[in-house]
Amino acid sequence: MAWFDRLRQGLGRTRELVTLGAVRRGDDWELGWDDLELALIAADVGAKLAAEVVEETKAARERGVGFREALEQALLDQLERDRTRRKLRRVGFDLDVHRSMVPVRGRVIMVVGVNGVGKTTTIAKLGRYYQGHGQRVEFAAGDTFRAAGSAQLGVWGERLGITTTTGPDGSDPASVAYEATQKRKVSGADLLLVDTAGRLHTKHNLMEELKKVRRVIDRADPGEPGETWLVLDAVTGQNGLEQARRFHDAVGLTGIIVTKLDGTGKGGILLPIARELDVPIRFIGVGEQADDLQPYDAAAFVRALLDLGAPSGA
Amino acid sequence: MFQSLGDRLQNVFDGLRGRGKLSEADVKAALREVRIALLEADVNLEVARDLVARVQAKAVGSETLMSLNPDQRVVAIVHEELVEVLGGKAVQPQLRNEGNVWMLVGLQGAGKTTTAAKLAHKYKSQGRRPLLVAADTQRPAAREQLRTLGRQIGVPVLEVADGEAVSITKQRVADALKQDFRDLIIVDTAGRSQIDEPLMNEMAALRDALQPTERILVIDAMTGQQSLPVAKSFDERVGVTGLILSKLDGDARGGAALSARHVTGKPILFAGMSEKIDGLEAFHPDRVAGRILGMGDVLTLIEKAKVLEADEEGPASGRAPTDFTLSDMLTQMRRIKQMGSFSDVLSMIPGAGKLLPAGAQVDEREIGRVEAIISSMTERERREPRLLNASRRKRIARGSGTTVQDVNRLVKNYEEMRTMMKRFGKRPPGRGGRMGRARP
Repeated sequence: MAWFDRLRQGLGRTRELVTLGAVRRGDDWELGWDDLELALIAADVGAKLAAEVVEETKAARERGVGFREALEQALLDQLERDRTRRKLRRVGFDLDVHRSMVPVRGRVIMVVGVNGVGKTTTIAKLGRYYQGHGQRVEFAAGDTFRAAGSAQLGVWGERLGITTTTGPDGSDPASVAYEATQKRKVSGADLLLVDTAGRLHTKHNLMEELKKVRRVIDRADPGEPGETWLVLDAVTGQNGLEQARRFHDAVGLTGIIVTKLDGTGKGGILLPIARELDVPIRFIGVGEQADDLQPYDAAAFVRALLDLGAPSGA
Repeated sequence: MFQSLGDRLQNVFDGLRGRGKLSEADVKAALREVRIALLEADVNLEVARDLVARVQAKAVGSETLMSLNPDQRVVAIVHEELVEVLGGKAVQPQLRNEGNVWMLVGLQGAGKTTTAAKLAHKYKSQGRRPLLVAADTQRPAAREQLRTLGRQIGVPVLEVADGEAVSITKQRVADALKQDFRDLIIVDTAGRSQIDEPLMNEMAALRDALQPTERILVIDAMTGQQSLPVAKSFDERVGVTGLILSKLDGDARGGAALSARHVTGKPILFAGMSEKIDGLEAFHPDRVAGRILGMGDVLTLIEKAKVLEADEEGPASGRAPTDFTLSDMLTQMRRIKQMGSFSDVLSMIPGAGKLLPAGAQVDEREIGRVEAIISSMTERERREPRLLNASRRKRIARGSGTTVQDVNRLVKNYEEMRTMMKRFGKRPPGRGGRMGRARP
């Protein structure tokens, strides 16, 4: 599968690190515990969780489980937060996320994140993905702060043939969101993707503004937005956890999208985030093309990370 | 919340006090804490290892570990080393009389375009004549963004066309300079991944054509362990001459700065401190070192307070310094609010993070309520809160949309604060940099 290879390619450097100093034993390989811990830290997993993964791998290893399997399981336990899915996986089911469309609750998805993580590009890719699944999609260019922020989404909208609601630069993002939400009700489109301006989670007023955008969407169409997704850059270090935490507190996240997993970053910060917030990871961005946004699958991610080959049956 | 290095080391050394002698294992434990603190601040693994070795060399053998406060001494040594790696003093780029060409490079989303405009604005206000070159042909509307920013700051923008050959770009820049004298050319390039060979080649070709006098790598302060390989690849391809750390106004520790500086050996010139066009400040290694260690950013806090003080005269500056009235309390709270959100300000005060229970959030609305209550009082009540009897309190609660309990609590807080002010010395608040107690 092309996307899987691409992800594997992207994660190549981590793989090199993990396999660095690894001792091969037939099909399996083994790594010194210290080396494993360092490799995990180098992937931005964080010192605390890295130590934990090492402990878990160690414990499984003592029970006689092969090194590779033990490590894969330890990582998977951190990344697969859904208990049912985890159980299914343990008893041998293969969960193929590529077969069906990533489901969306409600009709409006609000996309948030700090500056420069790739929110607008991700929205374009999401539009393409859902369009490909036969959904009628609309965009709301809610980034009215950045110069030409709404123009950027407008260009994407034109390329993809998606209607984009825009407001003038510097206008109230809530009013753009309101207008777009009402328009969607009239047009009956399946999905509205609302872009927002990047903001640092420490800026109180900007976080309040985000809450307002959310409230206003709810007013225009009660119950919406059904989904609020955080976009996270894979190069982000330990600050990513605080970002996710603060956005979660402010607007209640229902999903996370990791971008730039194309070799720039490793996205190890996903482990502490998945663990602490219990918010599912929805998509991962593995390249710059519009199709390079892929549904997230914990097992595939872990396998690519450890270079274990494509999942069977995929 | 992160634990500061000071707290971590305290835990290690607390158990050792009174034993008189430190074993090798104790020293190892302390150094381990140093390493973890650095890693949590996103300092790259290799750099952290190197730093720990240097700290070890300095700390072991000297009297440091035998001193009364070994934890503080170790923190001081680590701080010194960090400042050292970060480049000692703040450095500014050298400018020639003319022919300055600066090229900004970096990953996608690092903040190159915004930084380009900020640089142009900064040097324009210093009397230079900048020209912005929008060479990001990858991201949709990137050139439009720079054009808009250029218009805002009154700096011309030369836009590179899609698929334009670098020789043409070079020619166009030269032509533009013939028409209109410009002494500082700032080139904004497309963001790229360090492993994207074609794009890295393209960047090198642009460098060869334009011959920039400075090649500046823009790094996001939130970058994790990847900062080192990223900086390394960019340095190898274009020969980085300086660094700019963007988005330092968040709460990231900024360990990325350390890694980039370590691997390139080039100075960090500026730090992005706000989204506004004038939000580019000189980089101060000592402050970021403190931040990495979780020691709080007191200097920045003091500077912010100073700026605000210069702006406004205290409303009651002529009064006897000892009486701290409710109006003073309000002024003080408003000032704190102006400095940023309450939680931000708290995070800048060393140790203040520890005073709050874990996970406690300062309720920003509380400040709004206090404002409302005090604004509902008469001038006289504000000066003499003992006048506040039950009926007055009821009126104030009604007027401010709060309850009598809220008013009571405020008065009680105020009294505690006043007692504390008296204890602090005979100085009025807000004028000597003294802060009232931060309450959750």
